[in-house]
This record gives sequence, C-alpha cells and structure tokens, in this order.
Amino acid sequence: MLTAIVAFAALAAFFGLLLGYSAIRFHVEGDPVADQVDAVLPQTQCGQCGFPGCRPYADAVARDEAEINKCVPGGEAVVLVLADLLGKDPMPLEAGVEKPKALAVIDEKECIGCTLCLQACPVDAILGAAKQMHTVIADECTGCELCLPPCPVECIHMVPVGEDLGSWKWPFPATAPDAAIHPGAA
Amino acid sequence: MQQYQISTNPRRLRRFHGGIHLPDEKELSTGQPVAEAPLPRLLTIPLQQHIGAPAKPLVQVGAWVLKGQRIAEPQGYVSAPIHASSSGTVIAIEERPVPHPSGLSATCIVIKTNGLDEWARLPKPLDNYADLDPSIVRERIRWAGIVGLGGAAFPTSVKLNPGSNQPVRTLIVNGAECEPYITCDDMLMRERAGRIVQGVSIVLHLLGARECLIGIEDNKPQAIEAIRLAVAQSDIKESTQVCPIPTLYPSGGEKQLLRVLTGEEVPTNGIPAQIGILCQNVGSVAAVAEAVMEGRPLISRYVTLSGRGIAQPQNLEARIGTPIGELIRAAGGITGDVRKLVLGGPMMGFTLDSEQVPVTKATNCVLALSTEEAPDPAPALPCIRCGKCAEVCPANLLPQQMYWYARSKDLDKVQDYNLFDCIECGCCAQVCPSHIPLVQYYRYAKTESWAREQEKRDAEHARARHEAREARLERMEQERKAKLRKKKEALAKKPAAAKVGAPRDAKAAEDPKKALIEAARKRAAAKKAALSKEGVTPKNTNTLTPAQQRQIDAAEARRQPAEPTATAKED
Repeated sequence: MLTAIVAFAALAAFFGLLLGYSAIRFHVEGDPVADQVDAVLPQTQCGQCGFPGCRPYADAVARDEAEINKCVPGGEAVVLVLADLLGKDPMPLEAGVEKPKALAVIDEKECIGCTLCLQACPVDAILGAAKQMHTVIADECTGCELCLPPCPVECIHMVPVGEDLGSWKWPFPATAPDAAIHPGAA
Repeated sequence: MQQYQISTNPRRLRRFHGGIHLPDEKELSTGQPVAEAPLPRLLTIPLQQHIGAPAKPLVQVGAWVLKGQRIAEPQGYVSAPIHASSSGTVIAIEERPVPHPSGLSATCIVIKTNGLDEWARLPKPLDNYADLDPSIVRERIRWAGIVGLGGAAFPTSVKLNPGSNQPVRTLIVNGAECEPYITCDDMLMRERAGRIVQGVSIVLHLLGARECLIGIEDNKPQAIEAIRLAVAQSDIKESTQVCPIPTLYPSGGEKQLLRVLTGEEVPTNGIPAQIGILCQNVGSVAAVAEAVMEGRPLISRYVTLSGRGIAQPQNLEARIGTPIGELIRAAGGITGDVRKLVLGGPMMGFTLDSEQVPVTKATNCVLALSTEEAPDPAPALPCIRCGKCAEVCPANLLPQQMYWYARSKDLDKVQDYNLFDCIECGCCAQVCPSHIPLVQYYRYAKTESWAREQEKRDAEHARARHEAREARLERMEQERKAKLRKKKEALAKKPAAAKVGAPRDAKAAEDPKKALIEAARKRAAAKKAALSKEGVTPKNTNTLTPAQQRQIDAAEARRQPAEPTATAKED
C-alpha cells in the first residue's frame, strides 16, 4: 500500500517536473496557428472581414472567435485551405459571390491632390503629394478598395483586371461525373 | 523490359512505360509535295509566339516593312524576335484573336502585303561556323527568332546554351512525329534532309556534343531513307545515327524519345540537359541551318492540313501570320460535314473557334475533322477504377489518383502525385471506359496551381509592403513623440538658464508674458496721467443717453468689489 502511494507520488512529481520543464524549454512566442492562417490570407488588408487587416483576422480565426468564410478577396480557395488547415468543415463564403479582381485607378483630371487616399492605402500603392495629382501603382495595388471612401471628389474607380494569355486558366471540366466514392477513400 | 530489334539498326532501343497505338492517318496528307501557300492580303503576326516575354514592336503603324525585316525585338533573355514574313505596310498594332485554347486576343502586328515579297537585306551567311565562336552562331540563331517548332516554342538559342556546368554529350533530333494526321516533319525530312543534317552539324558544333541520335518512327520509311542518305553524304556520319523507332504514341514526347533512344530517365521537374542530353525538333534544326547558312530568319514553316473535312489534305509552307482560313482555301477548302476545326493534332490540339487566327511559329497542323473522325464525346460516367489510365501513362503517373484530387480541387495532393510531370498526351482519356475528360482536369489543376502560386507571391509582396508601412508609421510616431519630449524638456530648462543669465527682474523672468502685460499697462497708465494733466479726457463719455449712463454705472458697480482681489493677486 505504502509502496504504491510512494511510487505514484514519485511518478506524479517526475511527470509534473517534466511538463513544467518542457513548458519553459519549448515555449513558443506568439501563436503559430495564427501565423499559418495569416500565410493563407491574401494580405490585401482590406478589412472586408470586419477586422482591421489580415493579421487581426488571422488571430481571431486562430482563437476560434471568427468563422473561416469571411475573407472576401480570398474567396472559396481560402475557405477550403483554412478548413483543411484547421480541421473544420468548409462553408460557403459569407459574402456569397466572389468578386473578380479589380485595381484602383485614379481619374487624374478630377484628383485634387488631397492626400487622403495616400493615408488610407495599406500597401503604399498610391503615389502623390499635397496639391499634386496622385496615381496608383498598378503592380502594387491589391484591390482592397480602402482608398474609395476617403476620396472627397470620388475620382477613384475600381477597374476589373481583364484576362490575358498569361493569366488565363483552363476551366474546371463542366461534365463532372457523379461519383459516390470520396476522393482517397479506397 | 521489352526490346525491339530492328535488323538495320544496331542500337538497342528501350521502351517507355505505357503508350497506345492509334490509327496514324498520315497517308492522307503525304500524297503530294509541299507547296508554298499563296501570299495572303493581310498577315497578322502575334508578338508572343514563344515561351517567355512577348516581343516589343520596333515598327509603327504606317511603317513600310520588307520581308525578313525585324519588326519586334526580344524583351529579356527568354524571348525571341519577330520578323515580317512578306513586304508591305503595317496597318495596325492591336489586339487580334490568336491561336490559343482560350480564344483570347493578344497584340499582333498586322501587315498589308504589297505582293512584291521584297526581301530586306539579310546578314551574311556564316559558312565557316566551325571556325567561329559558338556565341556568334548562337547570336545568329537568336537573331533569326528560332523557337522549338515541335510545339513548345521555347527559344532555341536559350536551349542551345545549357551552361558550362551542364555539358551535353548527346544531341537527340526528334523526327518521331507520333501524333496521328500530322506529317509536316515527315515531309520536311523527305524534302529537306540535307538542311536538317546541316543543322545537326551546326548544333553539334555549338554544343560540343559527341554524338547525335535522330529518332524517327518506323511508319515514315521515306523520311528515314532520306535522312540516312543525307547523313551518309555529310561530314558527321561518324557521330550521327539514324534510329527508326517503333510507332507508339507518344514516342515523340521529349522524355519518351530520350528514354527509347538512350534508356535514361529525365529527373522529375528536370530538363534533359541535367543528364547531358539535349533534344531538338527536326524543324528547329532545319531553321538553324537556314539562319546560319543563308542568314534567313524564321518567317515560314511547314503546316499540315488534314482531316476528312479538307478537300485536298496536304502540307503547305505557310508564312507566319497567314490566316488559317486562307490555308484551308489553298488546300481546296472545306468539304463534307465538318464537326470541328482543330489546331495541332487530334490528341493534344485544341478546337479553333475562328478561321481568322494566324499561323504562328508553333502551328504544325490544322485539322478539319468530320463527325465520324471526331464523334461527340460520350457523357462522362463515374470512374470504375479499372486502372487502364495508369497502364498507358507514358510518364508513369497515377492518372486516376490525380483525377480524384483535381476533381476535389485539392491542388497540393495532385502535385504530390507529380501532376507537373504530366505531358497532357491524352492517352489516359483515350482509353478511359468512362469517357472522363482526364486531361482537362490536369490542365485545370496545372493552371490553377500556377495561379495560386502567383497569388501567394503577390500576397507575400503585399504583406512585406504592409509591414514596411506599419513600421514606417510607427517610426514616424516615435519621432514625433521624441520631438515633443525634447521641446518640453527644452522649455523646462529655459527658465533656469534665464535666472542665471538675468536675475535683475525675477518676477518678469518667471513669466515673460506677464511682464509684457505689466509694461503695457504701465505705459497706458502713464499716457492717461499725462493727458489728464493737460486736461484732455476721453471723449467717448461726453454725449451719453441716460440708458447708456445707467449701463456704465452698473458695470462700474460690478467692477468695484472685484478690483481689490485683482490688485491683491498682482502683488
């Protein structure tokens, strides 16, 4: 009887110490899950998910405080990857339909050079100075639309990016046969 | 391993995995010699006919161009120039439909021909290429705009420069032409064997390769004979071997042909140069000979017009930029019921929506297929996991597994099954008893994967820029705060300094503003006193109404009790 108690107490103490030591020795700064989620997000910083940027949304998703279907620019692809990553069921996009990618274009005749859009752009994709015409650097624009509301003269428009030979994708075959077998089931 | 022994060929051939036998339909278009296609009224020459960056136009609308004149220059290393294929006037540089499965348009230079077909001044032939530095010869090949004419259209000058760390010992010349209907390489070998062998000699010199193997499927006996004869008469007969190979689709695939001829395997995601082998199509080799020995740029090519919907199936030498419709007319036009027009072969080609698209450097074949030849695909049925696709796959992949994952859009998993080793030959779809369009799934998965990769790179870039911006804003905020703090500190230090420097009026030094007010007050009082001494009083109280007087009295009364405290404060 006494041997058993002593043995178990010793074991408990040993494992307790081991766990305590591991907690200190293998401590990870930050949230690795949030990092993984953040890596999946498209980084437009658009805030359409209701969070002030991609990182805050990633943190919320990692803490299970937000659904995985809020990222509008990421679309279905991001939902699927997040579902796979977090072991959740895929769900339809909260916004419903995916928007085609568009870039902001400043109508340079109407721009008054107020610099408000410069301050709103999360990726510094707008070039300009006070009372000078502004312009969007097309290669850097992520299409987040954050520059639209601050513009006092509404001279910024979203122009959809057309398809060219380089960006064209083969469509998903339309005649997908119905099969009951789940991929990889066999 | 199965082996084929051909009595006239001492070389031991290997076999690649899978492959299928197809009715070759080649005799349709080999009946007559290759004719030159008539000069079209308009030439539409796309700026991108090769893998890599599109070429940059060198001419403007309205410019007068000559045949063989360079009208667009390469942008970047992996790119190729474009030459005018006849003389005339540039009437437009704009988006026109181009031969592409998407049916999209791309920038083209449109030339209205003048019928004279006047040549530009061409560079001198490099007859003595054997004594020249390989880089000079390579520069000529680049100038001529030669790209892989087998279909991939990769710039030949780039391919012929594998780098000193990858010495090439074997050159393989691809004359297999394994896809049904297509006979342009066959005809080229029959009619221009001498040019091809000359080209082989040039390429061997360029690469410093020891041997050359010319692989030709054994269903082209005339081509084999012609090339054999040409090799026997040339100075490279010691190092060059003509190898007839068994007819089996897709033996013309680069990796498959390499396997058949040498028994070696190209590493996954690798290129043959990594194992010291380089593959060139017979057409490209002939074009190299023309560029080096005649100074002629690549402005025309052999194109097969075939299928039972073409009145006189044949091969034509077509100028780059000739509309497909004109070629079809030159071959007698369309006859009977045509279900579809196909660019390329029936296995790997794609359906054309318009006859207006031009011939490009990569165009090898135009098919007008009757309903009988290209029946409507039967509706796809569920996969029964028979495994036939895996048996015929020449790349030794598992098409069925790739299909499942591509269908469920699990792109990572498809890539785990080496999706990118798929050559899209179509064998799997051909043998599938459920008629599943397997290749479409792989093409979808490939382009989707590339798009995802691109999106990922864009996202990384945006993240870096966003973080840089955040850091900058943070830094600016810190700097602003630091400035404010400094100012405050400076203000706090100042009175102490003033005390040391000017201790005369301690009260004033404590608050310079108060001192100023005090001084102004004293000045005003002195002035008032001086004026009252002279008997001058302010005139604004001279003519007052009783109401005004009352208001003044009330104000005076209010001020009276406040005055003592105010003076007390001042003291």
